[in-house]
Amino acid sequence: MVMEKELRLMKGNEAVAEAAIRAGVDGYFGYPITPQTEIIEYLMEANPSKTTGMVVLQAESEIAAINMVYGGAACGKKVMTSSSSPGISLKQEGITYIAGAELPCLIVNVVRGGPGLGTIQPAQSDYFQATKGGGHGDYHLIVLAPASVQEMADFVDLSFELAFKYRNPVMMLSDGAIGQMMEKVYLSPQKERSKIVPDWATTGKPATRERNIITSLDLDPDRQEMFNRKLVAKYNEIREKEVRFEEFQCEDAEYLLVAYGTSARVCQKSVQIAREQGIKVGLLRPITLFPFPTKRISNLAAKVKGMLSVEMSAGQMVEDVLLSVNGKVPVYHFGRMGGIVTTPEEVVESLKSKLIGG
Amino acid sequence: MVEFSGIKEIIKPENLVYKKTNIMTENTLSYCPGCGHGTAHRIIAEIIGEEGLQSEAIGVSPVGCSVFMYNYIDIDWQEAAHGRAPAVATAIKRLLPGKFVFTYQGDGDLAAIGTAETIHACNRGENILIIFINNGIYGMTGGQMAPTTLPGMKSSTSPYGRDVKTMGFPLKITDIVATLPGSYYVTRQSVHTAANVKKTKKAIRKAVQYQKLNKGTCLVEIVSNCPSGWKMTPVQSNKWMEENMFPYYPLGDLKTPEELPTK
Repeated sequence: MVMEKELRLMKGNEAVAEAAIRAGVDGYFGYPITPQTEIIEYLMEANPSKTTGMVVLQAESEIAAINMVYGGAACGKKVMTSSSSPGISLKQEGITYIAGAELPCLIVNVVRGGPGLGTIQPAQSDYFQATKGGGHGDYHLIVLAPASVQEMADFVDLSFELAFKYRNPVMMLSDGAIGQMMEKVYLSPQKERSKIVPDWATTGKPATRERNIITSLDLDPDRQEMFNRKLVAKYNEIREKEVRFEEFQCEDAEYLLVAYGTSARVCQKSVQIAREQGIKVGLLRPITLFPFPTKRISNLAAKVKGMLSVEMSAGQMVEDVLLSVNGKVPVYHFGRMGGIVTTPEEVVESLKSKLIGG
Repeated sequence: MVEFSGIKEIIKPENLVYKKTNIMTENTLSYCPGCGHGTAHRIIAEIIGEEGLQSEAIGVSPVGCSVFMYNYIDIDWQEAAHGRAPAVATAIKRLLPGKFVFTYQGDGDLAAIGTAETIHACNRGENILIIFINNGIYGMTGGQMAPTTLPGMKSSTSPYGRDVKTMGFPLKITDIVATLPGSYYVTRQSVHTAANVKKTKKAIRKAVQYQKLNKGTCLVEIVSNCPSGWKMTPVQSNKWMEENMFPYYPLGDLKTPEELPTK
């Protein structure tokens, strides 16, 4: 029997929280920070410990919260945390240990402008941190970029599916606009919490197996390098199999906008405005930022005259677009910073001045 | 070599009075001769064996000399980032409340970088056991000043002795933990004599019982030695510990609950 999805009007942050309960998440560990505090507030109010048995805990710091995620993930449980940019910086220690120990988990970053304490308004300035590692050592997170409240809900389940498939931490890279705005959202029916215990999980050693050890430490350089190679192979497999993106009016496009999240929403309107002016523009929206849709952008570089990477940052994703295009056509960046959301008209003006000339 | 006559007749199962607990693995301990870590490990392993906890126990090892503790005791282990073991253990116990969860941490780990995690896990009354090895020095990195280094004590980062005016005072974190409503049983012990080993074992066994009863956080501090870091022989280090460490960190219970109900 297919159960009906429930229609609700929610903030993106609330949708993540509700979707986590419905996805059968075992534990959430967080610390308040604007603009994502509704996630822990919603969970505390919903009190899923009484219904699904989900643990919700307010930690003493983001550092403690991510290390709780480490502990819970190492037990084979579906665990998550959420924060916003300054808090995500604090979590980087735990995130690299989680990547090094190959543990599955979900980290939600509702990005605000920086650097430092910055602003509480939306930004996309954590792209480098999210996609290039963030903490020390060679590692990658799988990074999903929602562009709607619906996707903030849907990507909870998808994140855990990918996290457990690859034993790799997943980051949902949202921003203060999507986290705070209200939209209609179709919520999946309640799932039961999984009873499956992965064979690597530390749950107490029965006589039937060897002890399980969760660690990221190996002092032997040969073994450590072998482990690094194993990670590289895993990331390459992820690059091969898990690229997700969406195209909007790319069929006849002469110019391509590349944008994710809130910027992609803005750019849909920009495409419409440009086309009304007779400029054939398309939009490619990466849904996975790692793995990045390199091949598709490379293919499109053979068809278009130029690309504009639109991000609410000083220009971060544009570096991945440049690498994908590899000099075939001109690539520029346009974006507002400091918590200012780009307008569709600004994008069209930038496209015209940078790529078309006047 | 003295040849014992009839030695083979003596080595028989019925004559066995003491043996290595099978909870300890065959791996060679990485500790310096005379270090208290090995003894503390053995006590924990013995209790896990005697209490039938091998399938229930999940240990959290720290950063420091005992980082490889997971190589020595045959149970499931998680290796935590420096200072974060109480946060890691918090989640394990919350998600697997029926299991026996403990951390094993040195003074730098527990009382410097992990102070917040220690205090808040204890303040929440997490049902975990924290075993705290206090030897007043960073052993693994080669003998630097620890939060528990005594006033005037020399280390590689206090080469003229700890000057409390510029380097602060030794932190009696166990005393702080004992004041928190969430902590249930807090005690300070040592493992440098047979009598003290017995007392420490009794203390840890009590803590295991309290965890089964969901009583809150138990913390067992073990004041220990570091012959290499202190640049002493093992015998000298134990004497120095008695004369200098114990007056500052007196042995004994800091917080005792009512007696356990009889089974």
